[in-house]
Amino acid sequence: MGVGIEVKNLNAWYGNNHTLQDINLHIPANQATALIGPSGCGKSTFVRCLNRMHETNPIAKVEGSVHIGDLDVYNDASPVEIRRRVGMVFQRPNPFPTMSIYDNVASGLRLNGFRNRRVLDEVVERSLKHAALWDEVKDDLKKKSGASLSGGQQQRLCIARALAVDPEVLLMDEPASALDPVSTAKIEDLIFQLKSQYTIVIVTHNMQQAARVAERTGFFLSGKLVEFDTTHKIFTNPGDKRTEDYITGRFG
Amino acid sequence: MMANTQYKAGKANHWRRFLANHLASGLAVASTIIVVAPLVAILLYLIYKGASSLNLNFFTQIPRPVGESGGGMANAIVGSAVLLGLGSLLGVPLGIAAGIYLAEFGRGGRLANFVRFTADVLNGVPSIVMGISVYALIVLPQKHFSALSGGVALGIMMIPTITRTTEEMLLMVPNSIREAALGLGVPNWRSVLSITLKTASPGVITGCMLAFARVAGETAPLLFTAFGNNFWSTSVNEPIAALPLQIYVYAISPYDEWHRLAWAGALVLIVLIVVSVALVRYVTTRGVLKGAS
Amino acid sequence: MSGLPVTSDPASKSPAPANENQPPSAVRSFLLSRGNSAWSDRAFKWLMFICALSVFFIVALIAWQLILRSQLTISKFGLSFFFKSAWDPVSGDFGALPFIYGTLVSSLVALVIAVPLAVGVAVFLTEMCPKFLRGPLSFLTELLAAIPSVVYGLWAVFVLVPILREHVNPFLMKALGWTGLFAGPNFGIGILAAGVILAIMILPIISSLTREVMTAVPHSQREAVLALGATRWEMIRMGVLRNARIGIVGAIILGLGRALGETMAVTMVIGNRPEIVKSLLSLGYSMSSVIANEFSEASDDLYLSALIEIGLALFVVTIIVNALARVLVWAVTRGAPARVV
Repeated sequence: MGVGIEVKNLNAWYGNNHTLQDINLHIPANQATALIGPSGCGKSTFVRCLNRMHETNPIAKVEGSVHIGDLDVYNDASPVEIRRRVGMVFQRPNPFPTMSIYDNVASGLRLNGFRNRRVLDEVVERSLKHAALWDEVKDDLKKKSGASLSGGQQQRLCIARALAVDPEVLLMDEPASALDPVSTAKIEDLIFQLKSQYTIVIVTHNMQQAARVAERTGFFLSGKLVEFDTTHKIFTNPGDKRTEDYITGRFG
Repeated sequence: MMANTQYKAGKANHWRRFLANHLASGLAVASTIIVVAPLVAILLYLIYKGASSLNLNFFTQIPRPVGESGGGMANAIVGSAVLLGLGSLLGVPLGIAAGIYLAEFGRGGRLANFVRFTADVLNGVPSIVMGISVYALIVLPQKHFSALSGGVALGIMMIPTITRTTEEMLLMVPNSIREAALGLGVPNWRSVLSITLKTASPGVITGCMLAFARVAGETAPLLFTAFGNNFWSTSVNEPIAALPLQIYVYAISPYDEWHRLAWAGALVLIVLIVVSVALVRYVTTRGVLKGAS
Repeated sequence: MSGLPVTSDPASKSPAPANENQPPSAVRSFLLSRGNSAWSDRAFKWLMFICALSVFFIVALIAWQLILRSQLTISKFGLSFFFKSAWDPVSGDFGALPFIYGTLVSSLVALVIAVPLAVGVAVFLTEMCPKFLRGPLSFLTELLAAIPSVVYGLWAVFVLVPILREHVNPFLMKALGWTGLFAGPNFGIGILAAGVILAIMILPIISSLTREVMTAVPHSQREAVLALGATRWEMIRMGVLRNARIGIVGAIILGLGRALGETMAVTMVIGNRPEIVKSLLSLGYSMSSVIANEFSEASDDLYLSALIEIGLALFVVTIIVNALARVLVWAVTRGAPARVV
């Protein structure tokens, strides 16, 4: 089951670059929340702060607080523990090239020391079904390498991999930007089905996509959260002039 | 008038340039032939001499005393295997670990540059100097030659090659793969070993084989460490025979029978090395990181 | 749900779905039971760090041992050790000059032979070679680099030396004898033989590194020169060689570093006589081969110390030469690691 996310006074730096400035927002549980904005506006940095991936870069720095459910992300636990509870799907499909489809999905559990084969089998099947990939790959789960799938299938494999660790939150950093329209539609369908069980945060540069899948939308600009509201309100009656300019395409 | 002389000068110049062009091309082709010729000569002569001297005894018998014909280098082949095994035991883990540090933790840092530089220095240390250093470090305190000291010398010589190729190969693994592992909450050490290193493993193995092939033929570092042995020995605490050492001893001896054995030994050694180099080349041209986009 | 106000109202923090109280899945409770791995990650990083540092410690250990074990001669002879030509183990008088001379001259001969050939090969392989030949040829040169020193020595003793003695040396004596560089007696073995075998051995290193720096020259440089109507040779000379010259010098110095430290093949053909004679046909001795030959029979401490000091000198010189070469190669390939096979 998903949990909500509470962000307070979040600031992030990349070297001397102040990439996120005083972000405050509440992301409700079991919904899809979209983050839009021009490239370089900080939306990707923002989701990477939620599971502490931002700090894997040595020159990155974060201040402020993030709560996922009742867990204080920056004080209660280590990055490793956070990331086990927060799944992430990246911009470009990144299955482990040396692993079979099965091993890819099982990797999050196996690499953390999980050994029960029976449960693993169950988890792999359930995750692949959740990711709507099961029917396409069930016959050569252990024969084919994850890298041999098509781009769209690879991305769904990555979603299955993220789901296998049973996360409470699923972060998606432009999950469809490297995919063709048909694959994109499949990913969007997936988000629709998954959001009843997981809290989903999706970064996208595609406004139509945000409008299609998300209940709430946040608009980022130059490291600031300009506006955060229901998707309906953002796209029909934005409260801020800059949001309006952006969604009507009068913006770079 | 002036235009005419200019034209003539231009024409002469043209001929000069034309000649220079062809002369240079000819020289380049000629030098390639001159370089390739000795190699072909060495290999052909080696195959000719070695093959005519090779027989089953070479692989099954130990050296006979001077004057008796026959005999082989079985003990030297086994000795080389023991020495290379000991060397790999030291050089492979240490070299890979150092490579992991350079690629995964030390990127661009001062310390990493320093380690990289010392690896290059170690690579350039003449093998004879390596021999006397290990002699001073191990043989002198122990007061006897040993397979162990020979293995240590070879192992140290393997480290730089393995370290640098491991680093290079790990850097070729796309960052997205590392992020995928970290994003699953996998501990970093696990991610490095089971994901990054595994993805780069064909290249890393290539580096190890390259290092292996390089030290397999080393003689100088063994002269005062493994020392050589005319009898069977596999003990790490005793002097041990090695193929290159035996070739050297036989080559500078005055006996034809021993020269014959030296050629046979050289052929065996070369086949061993060529096979591993060819294997390495096959693997690297086949795409080191198959599937890693 | 979507109607919730966008505030940080604490009431909306945990929306408490119906099945909130159901126990966490097997997977989740397993993952929650795993520790935070901070300790193992730190231990791993330290272990890798120690292994990386051990590379430095090995070099330091080598240097320390060489200095320690050569104290006797260093304190007894000081710098004069390198300028004396005495080598008398019986009376305990040692000087390294003949060995330094032999090493330098044989390496120089090797460079004189190898450099033009290596550059020629590199030019041929990068600029002129038909595609189908490039693979086999570079494989051959790689092979040349993989042949062990002792096998080169074996070949030199039984093939190269007789050829030199029967054909090349008589010709050189006749044609160039007046220079004094090729005065008899003609043994076959000697400094020239050592230089020739060294040349064959360092050729692959120089040519592969030269190739590397030549391919690092951007294509636009070649096109710029070609566009001016240059012939191919002029393009190579002005567009490629001129831009790569620092790197080529680096490659040559790296080859020199190899030649200086090379042991087995040189020991087998240089003649092993500690003399300084102008003629290249005369017998000589090199720093590495005196160690190889006399180390195990060095009975007293001073003798051993003298040999180790020669090793120390070799160590220091190769470090300087290698460092210089790397800097030069790096300057051209811009940080891309120069690979030595």
